[in-house]
Amino acid sequence: MLLDMASDLVIEASGLRKSYKATLALDGVDLQMARGEVLSLLGPNGAGKTTTIEILEGYRRRDAGEARVLGEDPQRAGPAWRAKRGIVLQSCEDVVDLTVAECVDHFAQFYPDPARSEDVIAKVGLSAKSGARIRSLSGGQRRRLDVALGIIGRPELLFLDEPTTGFDPQARRQFWEVVRDLAREGTSILLTTHYLDEAEALADRVVVINRGRVVANGAPADLGGRQSAAAVVSWAGPNGPERERTDRPTALVRSLEERFGGEVPGLTVTRPTLEDIYLRLIGEVGGAADEAGMPEGAR
Amino acid sequence: MSVAPGAALASGYGARSPMQAFVRASLARGKVEILQYFRSREAVVFTLALPVVLLGLLASIFSGKIHGTNVRFSQLYTTGLLAGGLASTSFLNLAVAISGERENGGLKRLAGTPMPRTAYFVGKAIVVFVTCALETVVLLVFGHFLYGVSFPATLSRWAIFVWVTVLGAIAMSLVGIAVSSLARSQRSAAPVANLPLLVLEFMSGVFVPVTSLSKGLYSFAALFPLRWIAEGYRAALLPNYFQQVPNGGWDMGTAALVLGIWCVAGLALAARTFRWTGRGER
Repeated sequence: MLLDMASDLVIEASGLRKSYKATLALDGVDLQMARGEVLSLLGPNGAGKTTTIEILEGYRRRDAGEARVLGEDPQRAGPAWRAKRGIVLQSCEDVVDLTVAECVDHFAQFYPDPARSEDVIAKVGLSAKSGARIRSLSGGQRRRLDVALGIIGRPELLFLDEPTTGFDPQARRQFWEVVRDLAREGTSILLTTHYLDEAEALADRVVVINRGRVVANGAPADLGGRQSAAAVVSWAGPNGPERERTDRPTALVRSLEERFGGEVPGLTVTRPTLEDIYLRLIGEVGGAADEAGMPEGAR
Repeated sequence: MSVAPGAALASGYGARSPMQAFVRASLARGKVEILQYFRSREAVVFTLALPVVLLGLLASIFSGKIHGTNVRFSQLYTTGLLAGGLASTSFLNLAVAISGERENGGLKRLAGTPMPRTAYFVGKAIVVFVTCALETVVLLVFGHFLYGVSFPATLSRWAIFVWVTVLGAIAMSLVGIAVSSLARSQRSAAPVANLPLLVLEFMSGVFVPVTSLSKGLYSFAALFPLRWIAEGYRAALLPNYFQQVPNGGWDMGTAALVLGIWCVAGLALAARTFRWTGRGER
């Protein structure tokens, strides 16, 4: 029973700690991720997102704590383990004179059981650019190539670190489709992002990190008691806009309908957005004000 | 060829043994290094042209034959330019290219894949070998037809030419890899690598004849590989009586020894200092 549960977790980390010189970046982070899950790590700059994800990717050593990713300790695991997880890093600047197809083919050579390059290129929507030099791609296209390089090895677990930073809205939507596609195929995805709507659109579960600690953990819709929080009903009254906070918005709307004798002008009912909740979460513990004091990754 | 959205990606190849994986990854690295090199066409043309142009300049400034000999100045300068060219294609190229790949995340990306890490260095060895051979051949051939430079006269001189090139390129490459970790960024890598290189080039008789160097300076240069590479090319391309001038002697036994020591030391240094991520990371 216990063994079964363990094998269903692609990430199990507890008490992760990491300091850069005098700066404490991670102060005991616990993180679990089930197979097939899309988990989004949120937090202000310097909160410890990148440090956490780099420890799990195998790029960084932890000072203390336990970590198992796909059943192995990432700082000891070898090539066979690296073949099972994919990493999407910041954009490709090193091989700009190759074509898209050459670059994807190249990375395919490193994996024991890669996907076909042309399939991966099609999946990220770059088929038309297959023969184009990477130098000539737009920022969004390069990012999609990065994803192609991250999934060419057919990973069980994919790390996506701020994948859509700098995208225009349309490119973000297209990118989300690629991620959803991978999730549908059963790829487990750990995603860090600055965009709350992105986390809400893609993630099954959100973990908020602030000052090196996990401050919230839950489905985007329930995070921080969002589901049960008071709703705000607003409408256009005879003397201008009116609003009311209520735990029973349906009853209020019904009474408004009676008062107006039908359609309520300018009616909206809102719960706090994920962003409201998030800002409250990171505000509660000091949050973004500390940004300057804790450089992300201490580069 | 397209994939329906939601369809799982099909496998492209079968599983392989670690040895196959290493060979495949090494060949892939070599191919990409070569492709990248030859696609930056301006860089290729200008790198190959530089020693030829320099030889032309030097040959026109110091035209004719060296006083009291039957040897053209161009023959003497060719030996120095061969040594300088070798240092550029191996030491300088690797120091700058690798620090660039470290800075732009290329190395980090490779380290994140299951690529056997040695394969990266095999790729570098392939590109250094090809560029070095190309530069040497271009200089010799253009020198021969434009400035009357003669090739090594005997088989044993050809042998010296080849082993000095190979051993020198290995030693200089390894030191270049080590130096790439010293520079903070690609922009600083070129000056960081160029300063010691230029100093050594002057001390080793690459640009100025060894006869005009003080005994002390030339002996100090004996600690470094470049002097022995330059000396090896002189041994391959100049008549024996050139050994009679001050600092003129060539000692190929010591050359092999010093270059060999630098290969070992360079390997140890490169292995100890090499980082796959940028400074301050990991």
